[in-house]
Amino acid sequence: MEPKIVAFCCKWCSSAGADLAGTSRMKYPPNIRIIRVMCSGRIEPSYILHALELGADGVIITGCHLGDCHYIAGNEQAKKRVEMTTELLETMGIDPRRLRLEWISASEGARFASVMTDFVEEIKELGHSPLGGVS
Amino acid sequence: MNIGVYVCHCGTNIAGVIDVEKVTEYATTLDGVVVARNYKYMCSDPGKDLIRSDIKENNLDRVVVAACSPTMHEKTYRDVMEEMGGNPFLFEMANIREQDSWVHTDKDMATEKAYDLVRMAVAKVRRNEPLERIEIPVTQRALIIGGGVAGMEASLDLAEQGYEVIMVEKEQSIGGHMSQLTKTFPTLDCPMCILAPKMALHEHKNITIYSFSEIEEVSGYVGNFEVSIRKKAKSVIEDLCNGCGLCQEKCPTKVLSVYDGKLGTRKAIYTLFPQAVPRIPVLDRENCLMFTKGTCGVCKKVCPTDAIDYDQQDEIITEKVGAIIVATGYAEYDPTPIEEYGYGRYKNVLTGLQFERLTNASGPTLGVLKRPSDGATPKRFAFIQCVGSRDVNTQEYCSKVCCMYTVKNARLLRDEHPESEVYIFYTDVRSAGKGYEEFYKISQEKGVKFIRGRVSEVVGLPDDNLLLRTEDTLTGDVYEVEVDMAILACALLPAEGSDKLRDILKISEGTDGFFMEAHPKLRPVDTLTDGIYLAGCAQGPRDIADTVVHAKGAASGASVLISHTKMSLDPISAYSDESVCRGCGECKLVCQFGAIEIEPLNGRLIAKVNEVLCKGCGACVGACCNGAMSIRHFKDEQINSMIEAAMEVA
Repeated sequence: MEPKIVAFCCKWCSSAGADLAGTSRMKYPPNIRIIRVMCSGRIEPSYILHALELGADGVIITGCHLGDCHYIAGNEQAKKRVEMTTELLETMGIDPRRLRLEWISASEGARFASVMTDFVEEIKELGHSPLGGVS
Repeated sequence: MNIGVYVCHCGTNIAGVIDVEKVTEYATTLDGVVVARNYKYMCSDPGKDLIRSDIKENNLDRVVVAACSPTMHEKTYRDVMEEMGGNPFLFEMANIREQDSWVHTDKDMATEKAYDLVRMAVAKVRRNEPLERIEIPVTQRALIIGGGVAGMEASLDLAEQGYEVIMVEKEQSIGGHMSQLTKTFPTLDCPMCILAPKMALHEHKNITIYSFSEIEEVSGYVGNFEVSIRKKAKSVIEDLCNGCGLCQEKCPTKVLSVYDGKLGTRKAIYTLFPQAVPRIPVLDRENCLMFTKGTCGVCKKVCPTDAIDYDQQDEIITEKVGAIIVATGYAEYDPTPIEEYGYGRYKNVLTGLQFERLTNASGPTLGVLKRPSDGATPKRFAFIQCVGSRDVNTQEYCSKVCCMYTVKNARLLRDEHPESEVYIFYTDVRSAGKGYEEFYKISQEKGVKFIRGRVSEVVGLPDDNLLLRTEDTLTGDVYEVEVDMAILACALLPAEGSDKLRDILKISEGTDGFFMEAHPKLRPVDTLTDGIYLAGCAQGPRDIADTVVHAKGAASGASVLISHTKMSLDPISAYSDESVCRGCGECKLVCQFGAIEIEPLNGRLIAKVNEVLCKGCGACVGACCNGAMSIRHFKDEQINSMIEAAMEVA
């Protein structure tokens, strides 16, 4: 079975970047399910854990580049929370490579496609999450 | 709960990859869905009619449209909901075009992904709540950043409609790059002559100009921006100065003039050019003897109105506006790094703008052609195209105006100096535009020599002449030519200070560094930040004619906004559950907009959100330690429902 990845994209930069990848007809593997939120700063560790618990093989959070956040510093909150969650994953024995944080601007359609391709490849190498099917 | 799901084919854009029939069929199996349909173009009137009639016939209260990006059509469908008496927030879009059919080629997997995206949207819409839009007042004034032709055009259009306009220009005069040019293509009229009537805008009762000023800070939001402007010290009291020019005439200090491409000098107290608006000179403190040596004072002595003030300080002015137009123009690429062209090493290698000043009647030589190296009259000219443009090592984009301004300058040389030899070394001649191709043709007929090839090297000769080496890519011959002067058609770059302004305004820039529009075709003057618009080269290279069109578009966009006294905002705002909140203030700490106050309630503290100030980012929700803070339309259960739906198997 193909791995499944949950992506949280902010409305202003990274989701617009994802749209630009589409408008430019760039290709990346279809394993990503995007949940669009207003800001990466909205993402709570519990969402990441919830996705993993339900069997997601990877979770990726994307936001505006540091300093470019539409809400000034929401992405810095995201950074802190992802760092914290990464530690938590290590403690839980889940490979922290299953969680990724990337900055992708609205003009970086190519970067969106390459980041997603790269992440899907990495997750494929890691194989299915050990939590798959727990719920 | 009656949910309708509508799957758009978008012609073949979606249906060519995703099996829309299967997705529709699948949607009917989802909890709460009473009807699912697909249609060729959901956003067309017949498409919207399907939704309208289902809302009536099937009593739909919630709708999901699986189609393009919500950036494209969320508003379209929310309007349908509203028009049919429903609540526009009981609606979700599943993006199966930009984020599915356009990025995937495997039809089965793309269809499977569409199932998931529809399921996620249905899960979310099921948990959506009806929300009421927040009404806010609109300040019916506009700020225009930049006083070039774009800023002037936009200002005049708004001022003529009766709106107050604040124009901020970083130079001491408005006029921009256009004021530097000699003649303009394809009409060969004098830029200053066609600009001067527009520059008279400083007399318009609705326009206030802050020249020699910069944007310091912008706060607020669409319809309600508060702007602080740094009015830099001119060392001249504007209300007293009558623009007589005696100070600059008598000033003993000469400085290389950047406006003249450093081909001539100006004084330490100076106006940019004779027709400057405002006609108030600025004292350049870095070069003025009063500031460098502490002695001189000639300008103060000769000023008949006692307008010189050496102790003048910068002033910070605050203005309230409803809309902002960014018209900051461009900067000319400095070709020094392209060493093979010898710019900076050979005095007779000039940039395009320098050549404009050299041939300009009010330029450093008063329009008399003289070589910078020895003052001799040049007779042989080489124009080198695409310097810093269409080049992977510098800028990949085409700067769009260089072909035509070079053709213009070459033709002028042949017209005014029929004995001159004029070569243009080009990559392609791009002369798209009304009357442009015809203009190019005429220049060929007038004897301008076009050689297709990128010059590989410019060699300085002992007599200051230049030897150019290139390959003529049409004949395959190696070509060498000796000229008296070479002019580099340098790329147009984003204006200096664009990065800082981008940070202040929180707008995006494209990979080329120019400010980014909300949509390249359909929203070319809007930014992704409501209430901020782009005009002219701030958004990308364009000529004067296109700049005027763009500026008029930006003015139109701004007036659509500020013609209203009130507007409504999406009610996506945070709120705290007072029964759970313990008033710790963690939320207030992360809020960048001052939207949260900690207030007493029945002897304890609670957080209170100001809905108008709240921008809906949700950072406070993540910071809240005990789940008191929440955000409308992106509540925990709404996001979790999407995660759960994503992980279900279709």
